[in-house]
Amino acid sequence: MVSTWARRWSREKKTKTMSLLDTIRIALRALVKNKMRAVLTIIGVVIGIAAVTTIVSIGQGAGQLVSGEFEALGTNVVLVLPGQSKRGGVRQSGAPTLTAADSQAIGDFCPAVLASSPIVGTAGQQVIYGNENWDPRELQGVGADYLVVRNWELAAGGFFSADDIESNGKVCVIGQTLIPKLFRTVNPLDELIRVNNVPFRVIGILQKKGANMVGDDQDDVVLMPHTTVRKRINGSPLDHVHAIMVSARSTEQMAKATKQVQTLLFERHKVGPTDEADFSVQDTTEIAATLGIITGTLTLMLSAIAGISLIVGGVGIMNIMLVSVTERTREIGIRMAIGARGKDILRQFLIESIVLSCIGGAIGLALGTAASIGTTYLINAYKPGTDWPMVVSLPAALVAMAFAAAVGVFFGYYPALRASRLDPIDALRYE
Amino acid sequence: MALIELNDVRRVYDLGEVQVHALRTVTLNIALGEYIALIGASGSGKSTLMNTLGCLDRPTHGNYRLDGEEVVTMTRDERAKIRNRQLGFVFQNFNLLNRTSAVENVELPLMYGTKINAKQRRDRAMEMLSKVGLGDRFHHHPSQLSGGQQQRVAIARALVNRPSILMGDEPTGNLDSKTAREVIELFRELNEEQQITVILVTHDQNVARNAQRTIVLRDGEVVEDTDDFSKAKEALEYTPTDLDLVP
Repeated sequence: MVSTWARRWSREKKTKTMSLLDTIRIALRALVKNKMRAVLTIIGVVIGIAAVTTIVSIGQGAGQLVSGEFEALGTNVVLVLPGQSKRGGVRQSGAPTLTAADSQAIGDFCPAVLASSPIVGTAGQQVIYGNENWDPRELQGVGADYLVVRNWELAAGGFFSADDIESNGKVCVIGQTLIPKLFRTVNPLDELIRVNNVPFRVIGILQKKGANMVGDDQDDVVLMPHTTVRKRINGSPLDHVHAIMVSARSTEQMAKATKQVQTLLFERHKVGPTDEADFSVQDTTEIAATLGIITGTLTLMLSAIAGISLIVGGVGIMNIMLVSVTERTREIGIRMAIGARGKDILRQFLIESIVLSCIGGAIGLALGTAASIGTTYLINAYKPGTDWPMVVSLPAALVAMAFAAAVGVFFGYYPALRASRLDPIDALRYE
Repeated sequence: MALIELNDVRRVYDLGEVQVHALRTVTLNIALGEYIALIGASGSGKSTLMNTLGCLDRPTHGNYRLDGEEVVTMTRDERAKIRNRQLGFVFQNFNLLNRTSAVENVELPLMYGTKINAKQRRDRAMEMLSKVGLGDRFHHHPSQLSGGQQQRVAIARALVNRPSILMGDEPTGNLDSKTAREVIELFRELNEEQQITVILVTHDQNVARNAQRTIVLRDGEVVEDTDDFSKAKEALEYTPTDLDLVP
């Protein structure tokens, strides 16, 4: 007598192996059966991933803050400094070798250069207005394109013209810090200030720029035509400037601009191929690169700490998975008795572990993001003046998730392997 | 050709200092559709024989051909496949998965091995549960079922993949006599109506009496293999005489 169900079932389509979907279904069912165990495992991963996410994002925020401060110095700035010169076999450093004409030529003939300005410095000049006086951090003589070079805007008034430079005009532009120090409630525009007993008319006020990365107040500054500073304040008869500040058209063009400035100045200063240059070009990207290394190292260090917490979380997973294998020995025996192969058991346990890690990873990611937003908020609230940027990077998030899955595989593999190698008879007999 | 052919099967457990001969030598054939009871005192080797027949254990010596295929040389995975397709197990303590509904327990063998879609799987599991009289208990967990009901779930699980052999290891050991009778009746029905080969290990003479053929084991050897239960009973109740104890 042939069975009736045997006949009906023989019509159903069959393939040979068990599908991954079924393994996943088995694993998920097993997880749902023991929620407490699942939750404990997840917590381990959550802590690890949340720590990684928070630390990396705060670290990247720090990196951006530092490089942002650096950019505030001026966009893509190259500094040309006078170098050594040889006079009768004696080498001098800082010899006056650069002129305003060099600056002009750089601006005119170097295609990668956006603008160029000569810089003439002073030494500790006092600024007097009425019966108030003030020592600004900087009193500099600059060219007409200085604001373009520094990427700086005026808050009020105008900047000195080519005529003012030509005629050693007695005009100046002041930074925001000077207003409360000298003028209090008076509008400084068109007022006269005295430096070295020479009266200068205030024709413009700079926008606030804040502190630079060294902490100097960049708004504590008085700008004048470089000719004025050289002749009326320094009283120098020579036509030399202390530095030339050049800005490239873009960060990518920095190297090109540096090269062009060098070539031009070699030519202008008649430096032969074997001679030593009487100037040096300082490219601030080098400094930026150094800063990048510093913040990179910082991030690396923080990541290492985060990695350790991830390992701790992973070991947590392994512990619970191992306990779970022992606790579920009988279940494994039953599954084997009804036809589960070693690899079916291995896969089931691996998938359980990966699912737990990924859920933990997702929660950890959310928690970590929230924590870094919170931390950023606190830093900005308690340390006024800093504008710590909020960085939640997608790659970091993806890496964290991938890492969570990897933790699941890595720390889940050993327990899964143990489970798959159990002897069905022993496993069934296990109490 | 017999469904099961055992030829000089031996099983030795090596416990380091001592070697335990669980099966000294067993040679027997079982045909498709037989109903067999394996009886014997504790330590007679009947569980070992059961595990061997069930492809859970591998003999240390001899041949075991199941449906023409040699089991002894098979890999773990191949034996798992045989267990899935050809064999159904029913245990004394039911061995159902906890916190798992009856229907999920029953469809478990279908998730390993043969691949059919989830809908068909569920339908088949439900059909099987209805067959064993649990049509109204699909979603009950083992803890919500009586012993007899749990054993019925286990039987449904054992049969869901249409095996040719159903093995029971003291299947009525944890049941009261009334429920035990019902379960035994179910085995008989399956054997008669579905041509399923039934092999039961039991202490219970009432269970053994139901079988067509009774195999009695003592000290790892078959001492009686008969269709006549009274002979089997005699062999089981045999006690060594003083004469036997003389070396």
